[in-house]
Amino acid sequence: MDAVPPLRLRPGAWQRLRRGLFASRVDGLISIVLIGFLLAAALGLAKWALFQAQWAVISANSTLFAVGRYPLEQQWRLWLLTTLLALATGLSWGLLRAFPRSGPPVTLWPRNDRWAVAILVVLAIWRPMALQLALPIQMRWWAITGLLLLARWAAGRWGQAIPQVSRRLVPLIWPLLYLVGMVLISGGLGLVQVAPSEWGGLLLTLLMSSFAILLCFPLGVLLALGRRSELPLLRWGSVLYIEFIRGAPLITLLFLGQNILGFLLPGGMAPDRVWRAAWVLTFFAAAYVAEAVRSGLSAVPAGQLEAARSLGLPLPLALIHVVLPQALRVALPATVGQFITLLQDTTLLSLIGLLDLLGTARTVMANPEFLGKNAEVYLVLAVLFWCCCAALGLGSRALEIRLNPQAQPSR
Amino acid sequence: MAGVFTPWWRNRRLLPWIVQAAVGLLLLVLVAFLVGNLVRNLTAAGLLLSWSWLGNPAGFDISETLLPFDASLPYWRALLAGLVNTLRVVLVGLVGATLLGTLVGTASFSSNALLKRLARIYVELIRNIPLLLQLVFWYFVVFLALPNGTAAIQLPGVVLAKSGLFLGAPELVNGVWQSPLKITVEFGALLTGLVVYTAAFIAEVVRGGVASVPQGQWEAAGSLGFSPLQTLRRIVLPQALRVIVPGLNSQYISLAKNSSLAVACGYTDLYSVAETSLNQSGRAVEVVLILLGAYLVIDLLISAVMNGLNGLVQLRER
Repeated sequence: MDAVPPLRLRPGAWQRLRRGLFASRVDGLISIVLIGFLLAAALGLAKWALFQAQWAVISANSTLFAVGRYPLEQQWRLWLLTTLLALATGLSWGLLRAFPRSGPPVTLWPRNDRWAVAILVVLAIWRPMALQLALPIQMRWWAITGLLLLARWAAGRWGQAIPQVSRRLVPLIWPLLYLVGMVLISGGLGLVQVAPSEWGGLLLTLLMSSFAILLCFPLGVLLALGRRSELPLLRWGSVLYIEFIRGAPLITLLFLGQNILGFLLPGGMAPDRVWRAAWVLTFFAAAYVAEAVRSGLSAVPAGQLEAARSLGLPLPLALIHVVLPQALRVALPATVGQFITLLQDTTLLSLIGLLDLLGTARTVMANPEFLGKNAEVYLVLAVLFWCCCAALGLGSRALEIRLNPQAQPSR
Repeated sequence: MAGVFTPWWRNRRLLPWIVQAAVGLLLLVLVAFLVGNLVRNLTAAGLLLSWSWLGNPAGFDISETLLPFDASLPYWRALLAGLVNTLRVVLVGLVGATLLGTLVGTASFSSNALLKRLARIYVELIRNIPLLLQLVFWYFVVFLALPNGTAAIQLPGVVLAKSGLFLGAPELVNGVWQSPLKITVEFGALLTGLVVYTAAFIAEVVRGGVASVPQGQWEAAGSLGFSPLQTLRRIVLPQALRVIVPGLNSQYISLAKNSSLAVACGYTDLYSVAETSLNQSGRAVEVVLILLGAYLVIDLLISAVMNGLNGLVQLRER
């Protein structure tokens, strides 16, 4: 390329700032007021966070927030599970990069990935330190992050060499890992049983939401198909269920689960309080997922099903191979939106006396030693939830692009 | 048809009926199983469905009510007081959330880049934090941390203290604020939380509605000499409302349902009263039925009003 200076069609940063903030007198006034307000708020928050807030309430209770009252001598199982999860994440991530949707892989570490790695490394070093964990535990976090990155690098580097047959099996490690995780957490198969009443904190929140997300999705799809079915009994049954659930606040349904489920089942068959809540969450979310999927189904032209049927495909196969793939792609953003709501709704478990993240926070703040430390605890929880929900949203957008047949390969 | 034998699983006329019969039978067995257990267990516990307990004295007090209430009044009066409290917060919340949501939603079309960015940040921040967490934050961190007595925040005609918001010439009597119109901090926290949360969703509805009006409408109105504000009011909003009103309907319903989280900030709404009634009387099934019925009626009422409104704003063709 010759050294011709590029034409400056795009305005410079200063000009853009001027045009954006001070285009007219009113704009300028609004900008000045807003900047002043933001500066004051940021200064106040920084002053509070650095000098007034007492973060000891978080670091002293970090184990409680993470796993609740999970027995100390059994916590190695959770560490093992975290390690397995890190390995599986690294492997899947690397393979996704080794096989872009179209064309050969561009680079081993695209720009977004370099950002993700930087964030992971910073988190692995800063978070255990900020929580004032013991050095061996800090080192465990470094090791786990290291393993994740190593798996990511190895899978990205040699992923192409894996034969296609075994590559198809890779997504199966996730359901397998979920089952293994359930066994590791709750015990059985030679491990000591840990009752659900001893699970708590982030562990319970993640467990409840992942359980409900996994089960509400197939249920929701079935309900959506039922609602669009030509058979009146299926249609009216689905409509009745969906509208009944959507008409009631979640807390009344959780209340129903805690107080009436025991009466509905023969004595002794009613599940534990934690599992009751999990099932209520699942059945609740299924109705909302059904509505999201229904909007996706109505976006698929009727001709698709008719064409598939006239080619001789039986109805179930036509739905699975022709209609649902198109419908679910359209319904993806709304469905993930429901999953995000579900993750947030797990906080309601604290209102029926379960020790999820918020429930744990309440017990911690009832401790006289940490009385009145509401702001610190709630702020940390808010940041945690915000990050989880925002990450789910980002993941959904990435998946949407990957599933879009018209999408350009990412750089 | 002699000689042509269609197996039953290929019979297009019979199969739907077989499927429906199977599903119907399954549902029937399930319902019979559940109801049978319910009746058996309730009989064993001596709690078979009855509504006469609603006339018994409640025996608990409700901290703030619009209707006069004390512990000697019957359960149904307690539940009614709770329902009125729910309706109060829902009605005020609807107005507040609509105003704030419209403000934030239109701010995302501002020519001011900072304001536009701030509106986005507000929506993204609020939507990704659980409502319950926000409610306890408003109650415990903001409202219960307010100063009391002479240190309270005083504006002409308004005093905001830990004991509540006082309107209409409040005065300090023996270190306690008093005024004709008082709003408790519990109500204030719940209302603030609901309004701030729902406004973020309404802002998205409003933004989507305004964005659905083609850019050419703005330009055409501008070239006819309309000012931006006039364009918004006369040209864009009437068209945007057709998209906005159905979206508002679901947000209003979710606000009404979310108001049941009032128990987290100590406000005695319908759910909170029902929970206490259940603990006192042990009548689980009846209490849950009342709760579900009440919220269903509130939802249907909101839907009916919004459908009427929808009929008004939709395009009328001759």
